[in-house]
Amino acid sequence: MIEYVVQQVVNALAAGSLYALMAVGLAMVFGILRLINFAHGDLMMIAAYVAAFGLGAGLALELTIPLMVGGTVLVGLLMERVAYRPIRGAPDVATLLSSFAVGQILQNGTLLTTRLAGQPTLIAFPAPAGLGGVAAVGPITVPLVNIVSFVAGIVLLGMLTVFVTRTNLGLSMRAAAEDLSAAQLMGIKVNRVVATAFAIGSALAATAGLLFAVQAGQINPYIGFTPVLKAFIAAVIGGFGSIAGAVLGGYILGALEVFVTAVAGIGDILPPGSVSPEVRAFLQQWLPSALASYRDAIVFLFLILVLLVRPQGILGQRDRGDSL
Amino acid sequence: MAARRAAGPAMAVGLSALAFALLDASGQAFWQGLVINLLIFIILTVSLNLTSGFTGVFSLGQIGFMALGAYASAILTLPLREKAAFLPDLPSWLAGVHLDWSVGPLPVGFLVATLIAGGLVSVIAWPVGRVLMRLSGHFVAVATLGFLVIVRVILFNADGFTRGSRTFSNVTQYTNLWWAGLWALVVVYVVWRIKRSTYGREMLAQREDRVAAQAIGIRVMEPRLLAFVVGAFFAGVAGSLYAHFITSFSPTVFYFDLTFRVITMLVVGGMGSVSGSIVGAVAIVALGEALRRVEDATLLYGLSSIVLAAMFLVVITVRRGGLLGEREIPLDRLFLRRDRTADQSP
Repeated sequence: MIEYVVQQVVNALAAGSLYALMAVGLAMVFGILRLINFAHGDLMMIAAYVAAFGLGAGLALELTIPLMVGGTVLVGLLMERVAYRPIRGAPDVATLLSSFAVGQILQNGTLLTTRLAGQPTLIAFPAPAGLGGVAAVGPITVPLVNIVSFVAGIVLLGMLTVFVTRTNLGLSMRAAAEDLSAAQLMGIKVNRVVATAFAIGSALAATAGLLFAVQAGQINPYIGFTPVLKAFIAAVIGGFGSIAGAVLGGYILGALEVFVTAVAGIGDILPPGSVSPEVRAFLQQWLPSALASYRDAIVFLFLILVLLVRPQGILGQRDRGDSL
Repeated sequence: MAARRAAGPAMAVGLSALAFALLDASGQAFWQGLVINLLIFIILTVSLNLTSGFTGVFSLGQIGFMALGAYASAILTLPLREKAAFLPDLPSWLAGVHLDWSVGPLPVGFLVATLIAGGLVSVIAWPVGRVLMRLSGHFVAVATLGFLVIVRVILFNADGFTRGSRTFSNVTQYTNLWWAGLWALVVVYVVWRIKRSTYGREMLAQREDRVAAQAIGIRVMEPRLLAFVVGAFFAGVAGSLYAHFITSFSPTVFYFDLTFRVITMLVVGGMGSVSGSIVGAVAIVALGEALRRVEDATLLYGLSSIVLAAMFLVVITVRRGGLLGEREIPLDRLFLRRDRTADQSP
């Protein structure tokens, strides 16, 4: 039983790290521009493709990672410059819809490129040495990539914290998130700050993309959609626009998802004799294993609940005009 | 005066009916299919315009309502033998239902099934709207997107009703040019009347400035909810028409690509304009069909989505109101005397 719990906790932390890495990018951009960038998930997808290309061509992981991060950051910056800068200040809905359009372009562009390269839509992701396999401590076995995800998440988010609290550019970014026009009046170069936010967000999304692809084992041009929705939920739970909130929300969401999957069918898993038959029957009736396939629906119900009860999230500040 | 005002729209309806009759008689199955497809898109776009364009509360859940309508009506009209074979786990009160009665050549059962589907979807939309219409801006967009995901998850998992991820097939093909055209006419008329009603003006007022509207006593929740529920009803109708046109489908159809296609039509035509939605739907269906042929010829699959998305970005950047903005094509002034129209315009 204890192994089961430990494994689930590690799974939760790994999933939480991935969501946190994605949610931070969304939250930084949202904090400054009030733009929900749905194409953020497609940056993750691009990163997975660049990594698959690099690893497939026989590059070492140490060389693939810079290539992948560089490529993704480039796409992220391009997206900001071409699609989002011309409509800065447009109504919320207009910018949100543009990000859907950007996502469509990235997805179908990738689809087109893979077709032209003679590849199928769904390609196997070549697991790099050092990320595949399982780690075993006594009776507890955990996929290595889950541990790497957790550690990478903590390290990168720690570096981000240092950046936003200790560097000039980081301070400008926080000032711009506080009040964009006031920051501009104080001589902060807004374009540079926005570009930095996109670059950092893209780099974090690239990391998440690699880890996600290793976990999934296969990639297609649409893998970014569900993660960006989850990252959005994470950011909302934590408090949209707040980096700390996004991290917190990411781990809460990871825990919630793993919890739903873990308790589904718990009545069948419990060792014989540990609970009375009545309790087991009760668990089997109310927590059937089919519950796990409703996980995404449960997560979204949770989001709607948060939006209604506390629309500003756990750490966010209440915003004018977000709710009646 | 009233007769003259009605003359323009009546002529448009008459000309469309004539065109449908010619197309019907021509037996060109491809073009008939394309026009039926277009009419379903017009219903979806006009109803989304009511839900989102008029109120400014952007809903991404429209296709979820369409999916529910499609499945509900298809279950109701599925012949009993197929029902027993494909959906053996259906509860007994549904398993014996087969709405196939017809009066003369008119399939009344299909009409009833469509109305039940629309009604059911509205009943679901009411509490959902009650809860979600309190939100604004992008939060409502994402919450309604959540609704779409929830519907999809349920459709995939409710095997007993939907066959899960397997294709739901053998639906009778009831939808023809006349059914689709008639429903499109109903939707356009109803939405146009709502736009000119007190509710419609409240919708537009609270969209422009919610606080100012509330300050002078204009309701916010009621018009939003009305728009949401009526929009959902017509999305359910569109789903029923789609199900009985395509005859076999699976939950994957009713997801984000379709949602984005309808949004493109709405934005290109102009949010807040009923005739704009029709123009947008015609333009995008025509362009989509042309691009599909280019794709088939060059094998560059994905190209059409890229072009449409790029066009969408250009419209949002350069002409945010779309082709028509909030204006309508002035069909009702077509037959007014010239001097009168000259007097009215400043």
